[in-house]
Amino acid sequence: MRNVWTIAMREFKVYFTSPIAYIVLTMFAVIFGYFFTTGLAFFLDYSASVGAQGGMGAPPLNVNQFVIEPSLGNMSIVLLFLVPMITMRLFAEEKRSGTIELLLTSPVKDFQIILGKWAGAVLLYACLLLVAVLNLAVLFLYSSPDWKPVLVSLLGLLLMGGSMIALGTFISTLTRNQIVAGALTFGLLLLLWVLNWISSYETSTFSDICAYLAISPHFEQFARGVIELKDLVYYLSAISLGLFLSKRSLEALRWKA
Amino acid sequence: MIKVADVTKRYGPKTAVKNISFDVERGEIVGFLGPNGAGKTTTMRILTGFLPPTSGTAEVGGYDVGEHPLEVKRRIGYLPESPPLYPEMEVGDYLRFVARIKGIPKKEVSRRVDCAFERTASGSVRDTLIGKLSKGFRQRVGLAQALIHSPEVLVLDEPTSGLDPKQIIEVRRLIRALAGEHTIILSTHILPEVEDTCSRVIIINEGRIEASDTPENLRANLQGANALLLEVEGPADEVEERLGLERGVRSVNREADSGARIVWRVEAEKDEQVPRRLADAVVNSGWGLFSMQPQGLSLEEIFLKVTSDEAAAEGPAEEPEPSSDSPEEQDPEEQEDDSA
Repeated sequence: MRNVWTIAMREFKVYFTSPIAYIVLTMFAVIFGYFFTTGLAFFLDYSASVGAQGGMGAPPLNVNQFVIEPSLGNMSIVLLFLVPMITMRLFAEEKRSGTIELLLTSPVKDFQIILGKWAGAVLLYACLLLVAVLNLAVLFLYSSPDWKPVLVSLLGLLLMGGSMIALGTFISTLTRNQIVAGALTFGLLLLLWVLNWISSYETSTFSDICAYLAISPHFEQFARGVIELKDLVYYLSAISLGLFLSKRSLEALRWKA
Repeated sequence: MIKVADVTKRYGPKTAVKNISFDVERGEIVGFLGPNGAGKTTTMRILTGFLPPTSGTAEVGGYDVGEHPLEVKRRIGYLPESPPLYPEMEVGDYLRFVARIKGIPKKEVSRRVDCAFERTASGSVRDTLIGKLSKGFRQRVGLAQALIHSPEVLVLDEPTSGLDPKQIIEVRRLIRALAGEHTIILSTHILPEVEDTCSRVIIINEGRIEASDTPENLRANLQGANALLLEVEGPADEVEERLGLERGVRSVNREADSGARIVWRVEAEKDEQVPRRLADAVVNSGWGLFSMQPQGLSLEEIFLKVTSDEAAAEGPAEEPEPSSDSPEEQDPEEQEDDSA
């Protein structure tokens, strides 16, 4: 555990000594800020017009449903672009520079190295979520949204990001070229993203499987504040799969190197 | 301390190391000597647990590398050919990180880091970014990284490559200072380094051990030949011809000119009478003999002999002779025949 923490902290700090953390954080802050402010402006206009009409028979407008849910939901698209930037260097960089020899000849187990690197990347990702929370905090200052669904959404985002990062970690072990790692990760995530589109024009076992394997639909329930077992299982298995494959790949690296 | 038995490593169809066996005692400094691509790095990587051998076993401190990798790794400090440094970290942070993953308790980390700085005389770069270090300091920080957990065994892959002469001397001095406390294996393709630092030399060529002995013994055993430097005043062509005629002389080469005198390098068989016969020959021909200097074969020449004779013998002969017959025990006579 100690080794995992040591490696995770090093990874986390490296993001901030290189431009990566700042680029990712800035891009995220700008894009999320855009989603959030436009969502909020629309909501204010809309509620004003509903109020002007006297709100006849309409259900009370809900900040959670109209602002928080869509902006956090849109965020998952942004992850598609940001996660490869976070994960591509994890192993590729060490393989290129030869520092992987330090890790692999230290008294540290392979899975501790992988877990540490994954955790370091997840920590940076958690910082992105923090930026989102800062935005949302404004709502809590001026109104009183329900905070429980927000927490559940954040948990969902953490799990979804964790799965994407685990897959990205695996891809990063495959190559010594960061660009290749980044491009492959983006490709894989995009594929997992659009996998469920097939179910909109076809109904078969195959399309059901594709729909289940797709990464984004599992977030929908989280976004509504509902934790469903199948979604939880999906994300946890995706994380385990990514980390397991990384471990295997690292072992293979020893045989090939 | 280190036991390597019948280790073979194949990369696909290519065999990098063939049936290597050797032992290293505690406190020894052993030098791996060999041309590039001879299998030095592969052998070291197997010892450090970075690569598993295809067959055979390696033990460090009584632990098998394959079965107890963590125990072995705790006992080894490893400096790969290019020091494993993270350019975006400060030197002090880097060493603290290494200390932690080498399993040093938190309380002791600062002390060990200070100690490593002191031993490698690199405390002045503590707050420098590694990416901004000079080559010499990179190497020192690499060494500091290898010895931070005071391992029993140090494995150094070409510790002086790419350094300037002054830095090379410093690093060698450092390595000698580390001896005694640590068992050291270092690889190099630079010969004076081995003569300078090692108590034993293992010559590797094409994945096999060609010779293993102290530098002195190696020289003594392999010195089938004797070299002499003669400074002679006389007509060059005649002198060369005359010296070449002498019994036991194998080759005569012009080494240097100093005005009318020419320094000749004469390689002859080991025969105590050769210098005397050469002197007689020069004097009797009426030329001037200004100096005569016996020269031992340098390790460099021995190394070239050992590695190139092998290649020469394999090349034209093309006999299906089994190449696995222990090359360590090659007697010098055989080699003389080859080169004659």
